[in-house]
Amino acid sequence: MAKDDDWTKPRALAIPKEGYFTLEPGRYGPVFPRTPACYGFTIIAKTKPGTEEEIRSYGKKLEKAVEDDPHVLAPLQLHYLRWVLFDIGSDTYFMYQGIFDTDFDKYVEDAVALFNRTGINTIFEKLEGFPEDWRTNVPAFVQFMREHHHPSFLEYGEYPYVTAIEIKKALEVKKAFSDMIDKIQ
Amino acid sequence: MLELDDIQHFLFLRQPALAARYEFLTFQQPAAGRAWLAGMIDEVGTAASARAASSDDRWVSLAFTWSGLRALGVEEAALATFPEEFRQGMAARASILGATGTNHPDHWVGGLTTPALHGIAVLFARDVAERERARQAHARFLSQIGGVDVLSGLDLEAISQHEPREHFGYLDRRSEVVIKGTGEPPAHGWGPPVEAGEFFLGYPDESGARPALPQPEILSKNGSYLAYMMLQEHVGVFREFLRQHGRTREEQEMVAAKLMGRWRSGAPLVLSPHHDDPALGADLARANDFDYGTMDPHGYACPIGAHIRRMNPRDTAENLQRRRMIRRGGTYGPALPEDAPDDGVDRGVAAFLGCASLVRQFEFAMNVWVNDPSFQGLGNERDPIIGTQDGTFDMTIQGRAIRRKITGLPAFTTLRAGAYFFLPGIRALRWLASGNRTIT
Repeated sequence: MAKDDDWTKPRALAIPKEGYFTLEPGRYGPVFPRTPACYGFTIIAKTKPGTEEEIRSYGKKLEKAVEDDPHVLAPLQLHYLRWVLFDIGSDTYFMYQGIFDTDFDKYVEDAVALFNRTGINTIFEKLEGFPEDWRTNVPAFVQFMREHHHPSFLEYGEYPYVTAIEIKKALEVKKAFSDMIDKIQ
Repeated sequence: MLELDDIQHFLFLRQPALAARYEFLTFQQPAAGRAWLAGMIDEVGTAASARAASSDDRWVSLAFTWSGLRALGVEEAALATFPEEFRQGMAARASILGATGTNHPDHWVGGLTTPALHGIAVLFARDVAERERARQAHARFLSQIGGVDVLSGLDLEAISQHEPREHFGYLDRRSEVVIKGTGEPPAHGWGPPVEAGEFFLGYPDESGARPALPQPEILSKNGSYLAYMMLQEHVGVFREFLRQHGRTREEQEMVAAKLMGRWRSGAPLVLSPHHDDPALGADLARANDFDYGTMDPHGYACPIGAHIRRMNPRDTAENLQRRRMIRRGGTYGPALPEDAPDDGVDRGVAAFLGCASLVRQFEFAMNVWVNDPSFQGLGNERDPIIGTQDGTFDMTIQGRAIRRKITGLPAFTTLRAGAYFFLPGIRALRWLASGNRTIT
């Protein structure tokens, strides 16, 4: 699958319930597949009561962090991140969906290192069951992520298997050509 | 404060050894294993003694597999506190390490994949004669005590008496790790000193924390994990590859340098991109004084996928200090003379990678740096020197303005054996030998 580089042909991929096709061990558990939409995960967890506003304010905090340093999240090799809050009955749930270019285990390790280095507290601290010692206990952080990850049953890529690096390179080439054409007018 | 009198010297300081013997052992009964250990402990040097000026001719290190700790009588409750990857052993982690095809444990030699592998005695010696004397002394000791068998052994010796070279001809040991708290001055270009807890258990690591120790503490404190790899080098294949991809000797040397990231003299391509510079290669301070992100961001000098750029990505990797390892080992097998046809003799390097976390350091390096085809935006490449190659991966040599892409890279190396060991501290060795589990 990793060698499928025909980005001109949109692809859809149905994924088994357990989230992987064959049990392939990774450093902390099964390796989830790279799909047409690249690597990614969907974390769904219940929030601690009364933390909704704090969680929402985290949005502003991260917005500012990226404004101050646009490359602050670069280590995670991201395409997109989405944070969602929603209610089920009287409980508030949190959904975090990330699409990126590294495998799951590496993403989590790099995320912990990033949070430690930048001092950005992960908003996961407001989720029930999240390990308090996450800063120094990567395996516990990984375990939480794995336990709260809900694998997709279907993923689609309009330009499948293309990495963020490739997309950015393509846009740089486009810009360079545009500049060149502008200059010879 | 590092307890230098309790840490085995093995990872602490490289000794001027030109030969070594690895003895892979199995204990028939716990008592036999303990008797062997009791007789060997005094031979093991400490970090403190290694540091002192010494006229020793040999240096002994002792390490154990997880089943070896059990074979020495460590209780199940204590065994369960060791990390899962160590409990499983390297063979069980083969798919994570990318050890597939001919590298798969099914093909490993020396009986290292079985639970019968309990321990290793590493006998480093100043020269081959001393190694042979040490091997015979060990054999006599084993015959005296009985109940401890040699599963297999491996003789190592330097192929050059004056400088550390491996069989492909590259000068080795160009970059080392400086451990914080040892008093060693930071070496130029070797990166910032690394917290001792990244290598020795019981000390703060780069996260600032002091990770929980396997229990009891007397067993684990001052210990380290070792990943052992016996890597066969296919010298004939390598030389033929160079001939196929370079018309002149100069072109062949350039291809060789691009695969490694350094000229065979050790001079790095980042600092000397167009020709070799042996004086630079010999100068360890200058030969490491470079980065990639600012000095060679596109890989025009040192290809993105070159061996040294994968194994030590310097400023182009995140969290680098938490991936550092200490390498020990040497070459086995006779050197293949220049221009001689491949004689089919097994030769290569047999090395130990020392660290505090096999997952975070060793397995990460093998999984993400060595064998990930999409490393740093590459599409279909693995480490050209030590990656698992089956003829389906490529090597891109970035260039201005046209890159060169070599497809179907052959395997220059094959993993012939491997194992995970625990290298205990001196107090732990005595505790293991005593059989008295009430010591705290």
